[in-house]
Amino acid sequence: MCIRGDRLLFRHIRFTLKPGGLLYVLGDNGSGKSSLLRLLCGLMQPESGSICWQGEQVKHVLEVFQANLLYIGHLNGLKEDLSPIENLQASMRLAGDHADKPDVLDALEAIGVGRCANLPVRVLSQGQKRRVALARLWLTERKLWILDEPFATLDSTSIDVLVARINHHLNNDGMAIITTHQDVAISAQSTQVLRLDI
Amino acid sequence: MNRAWVTIFKRDILLALRRRSDVATTLFFFLIVASLFPLGIGPEPAVLSSIAPGVLWVAALLAGMLSLTRMFASDFSDGSLEQMLIAPQPLPMLVIAKVLAHWIVCGLPVVLLAPMIGLQYALPNDALLVLVLSLLLGTPALSLIGAIGAALTLGVRGSGLLIALLVLPLYIPVLIFGAGAVAASQHGMSAEAHLSLLAAFSLLSLVLAPFATAAALRISVE
Repeated sequence: MCIRGDRLLFRHIRFTLKPGGLLYVLGDNGSGKSSLLRLLCGLMQPESGSICWQGEQVKHVLEVFQANLLYIGHLNGLKEDLSPIENLQASMRLAGDHADKPDVLDALEAIGVGRCANLPVRVLSQGQKRRVALARLWLTERKLWILDEPFATLDSTSIDVLVARINHHLNNDGMAIITTHQDVAISAQSTQVLRLDI
Repeated sequence: MNRAWVTIFKRDILLALRRRSDVATTLFFFLIVASLFPLGIGPEPAVLSSIAPGVLWVAALLAGMLSLTRMFASDFSDGSLEQMLIAPQPLPMLVIAKVLAHWIVCGLPVVLLAPMIGLQYALPNDALLVLVLSLLLGTPALSLIGAIGAALTLGVRGSGLLIALLVLPLYIPVLIFGAGAVAASQHGMSAEAHLSLLAAFSLLSLVLAPFATAAALRISVE
């Protein structure tokens, strides 16, 4: 159960994600999609109920869980005054991963923002910023991806590239939890859909 | 763990270098406030040197307050704070990295500039030395305590005033012992006791403040 302020957002939610599994979280604006993702990351605590990672409550194994987690929220987490390379290197190191410059460049190339690699982020467009943030998906081997509206502001080419990347992740026994409005074709071994607007 | 700490520290220093006007604001504020007093009060050396410890310390304290709201605000609004909170790292360590960067950017320049300002107040050489020492030992406590206030007021409208109300009462001991150290040396007494207490206060804040700040950050982001 999740309560924000004095408003009940959702309750009686139950799901299990297995390796290779994908969970779509759907719902209208304000229905609590982002809140659910933040609960799952450990950024917020549920009012009641529990969130488990490999059978253990997340709050008891927080560091293990977070070492397996890649979360990209609706905010990009980029510093306007730094270049995409500097931003990605900093966020990868913060998350405890290696981030060599060539790898970061490859990731930026993969999602089509290689040309902007050395510009300050503030001169990029919204879509380009989003793509820089999403380039982390190419740099890490985390098991669980939690992505808040990853396809918003992206053009159709980038969406295809991103879908291919998520497919690759799922086919390698990764897991993903995604909120989205777009119809995208992700072929997971098991796809679940969670609707929050009751 | 170490690498994440260093990463945050380096990133904040780099950001400060890219945006020098923020640093300059603190420094100019200190410079201007401390220079206005001699102009307003008059050039009598005896009067100036007797008010110098208090005025310089208050100016340094207020200059430090100016930059406090910025400590976590941009991380909060661009989402990097969320990434810090979910990083598999002890959050208090990351907080220390941020506070250290803040102190180097906003505290250290004031410490280095202080003897120059002290000359305007006709402070003798040994008092100038004690002034620098007291600021060097006391300003880290200001940044550490300020971080708690900055974290608590994240995302609050009018946080500037709120931060002052929260933090200034906690600054009082630092102000008393800091200004007291300089005054003691002016009167030919040893400033050692004051300086030891300042150092003790900074160490105590170093132990406690990062945990309080980390807890406050988690509440603010939720």
